[in-house]
Amino acid sequence: MPLRKGLGTPVSYLILIVMSIVSIAPFLWMFTTSVKDQKEIFLFPPKWIPSVFKWHNYVEAWNAGGLNFSLMFYNTMLIVIPVTIFTVLASSMAAYAFARIEFLGRNFLFMLLLASMMIPGAVTLIPQFILFRELTWLDSFLPLIVPGLFGNAFAIFLLRQFFMTIPGELEDAAMIDGCSRYRIWFQMFLPLSKPAVATLTVFTFQGVYNDFIGPLIYINSQNKFTVQLGLAAFNGVYQTRYDLLMAASVFTLLPIIILFLFAQRYFIEGITMSGLKG
Amino acid sequence: MNTLSDLTAAPERTRLTRRALHKKLRDNLVGYSFIAPALIGFLAFTLLPVLAAFVIGFLNWDLLTAPTWAGIKNYAALLQDEVFLISLRNTIMWVVYYVPASIAISLILALAMNMPLRGITAFRAMLYIPVISPLLAVALLFVWLFNPDFGLINFMLSKIGIQPIGWLTDERLALPSIALMAIWKNAGWNMLIFLAALQGIPRHLYEAADLDGATKWQKFRNVTFPLLAPATFFIVIMSFIGAFQVFGEIYIMTNGGPGYSTHTLAYYLWSNAFKFNKMGYAGAISMVMFLLILLVTVLQNRFFGRKVQYDL
Repeated sequence: MPLRKGLGTPVSYLILIVMSIVSIAPFLWMFTTSVKDQKEIFLFPPKWIPSVFKWHNYVEAWNAGGLNFSLMFYNTMLIVIPVTIFTVLASSMAAYAFARIEFLGRNFLFMLLLASMMIPGAVTLIPQFILFRELTWLDSFLPLIVPGLFGNAFAIFLLRQFFMTIPGELEDAAMIDGCSRYRIWFQMFLPLSKPAVATLTVFTFQGVYNDFIGPLIYINSQNKFTVQLGLAAFNGVYQTRYDLLMAASVFTLLPIIILFLFAQRYFIEGITMSGLKG
Repeated sequence: MNTLSDLTAAPERTRLTRRALHKKLRDNLVGYSFIAPALIGFLAFTLLPVLAAFVIGFLNWDLLTAPTWAGIKNYAALLQDEVFLISLRNTIMWVVYYVPASIAISLILALAMNMPLRGITAFRAMLYIPVISPLLAVALLFVWLFNPDFGLINFMLSKIGIQPIGWLTDERLALPSIALMAIWKNAGWNMLIFLAALQGIPRHLYEAADLDGATKWQKFRNVTFPLLAPATFFIVIMSFIGAFQVFGEIYIMTNGGPGYSTHTLAYYLWSNAFKFNKMGYAGAISMVMFLLILLVTVLQNRFFGRKVQYDL
């Protein structure tokens, strides 16, 4: 640890305090705008604290313009839950094999997988769109779910790094007792890797929940909108109603913030311990 | 670890007993059963689409009528297409605005975060909240913050006597303003990777440097900086790949405007594919993006890749 004594500490505090304020202040602004009366939004100079807290904005935003956020949250969960579960399962299976089993072409396949992280999503977008169109999957959740069921390179890499740190003796003992590889993976490696699995769960959940380009391309019918698509449509209709727009933004943001605050401890540990450093 | 040639050459070198052979066969079967889902997903949703994208770039295809062969016509048209050239230029400018500043800020934050301070968990959480927030909500929030007449940012600037700035409405400012938002949003992510790398540097190296009477700057220059190189290399490559494909921020905040001032390659690709139904043309744009990303990645690897390996 460099700069341990002297100016290092106060300077670090200063940097972190200033940057934390810069990080958080926009969200406070989002919140105060969301509870303002319409008349107070376009004031100059603006007011940080509204004279009346108009909580009713949230009720109005939830059902505004024929959009139904309850349905959109439900739709989003229909996509997020299977993708998150299968990403963890499929990626951890592959990660276990890459970390522990010697099979023909293992290193080659692993390098191929790492290389695939560098393939821009822009390249696969059009062929995938045409594929799903041929399958008549457009305007359904399938294009948003199915590609997410097979694990992904980043997740496999993260979990493999973590699995490599688990001592081999445990596994050898289990194998001598006649335990199959499948049981070792499911009953030993997965439970021993809670930080990495928690990290991956949060990553995947927020990635799928936050995605709006996928739904933008594949979903047309309003009754199939996800939360993000709903917010985008909302923006199209209520462009100057920043009070309602910010209220809608707050409740699309809230599930992710809550999830993160709960998983935070595991999350940071997972990233640090997997040695995710290239 | 066995390489492919070790495995295939094995029978000549050591005569395997039946038991060992049986184990090897079983390991192969079990191994492949473990990677089967990932392998199928990779083939179906990455490898085949990449090959298909290559072919689509040579087609005329409006999705309504059957595709016809266009040869290199799409690529030839790109060179004459002024909007494409503007988009290419804007994409390069985006990388210039975004990548160095974003990495520098992340590194400074990680170095500060690596000190023995109080309240680190709280700082980390606050700096990380923009990263996990949905891009859409955050981008809409910044449209509001950047509002020239009633936005918070112009209000703050007015307090120190600065005239209102048209962040997203001025052609020269729109792209850097969006980059500013992206830097703000993503700083916490690279910070975390840098932090993980910093915490992986063995303490005894600093102790040894102390014994040699090294100054703080010497310790940073000769211990921290070289040992951070693998993480930096990873971050540079991944940031570049991400920045080169910037789309969401632009789609939400300016829709490519004003004029063409925030058209990027990914935005122009999206317009061609989903607004103008020109799939072949969009495919050609995607291949150009692919080749440029590949080229830069290979160059980075050639120049820096070999210098960043340290065994400790």
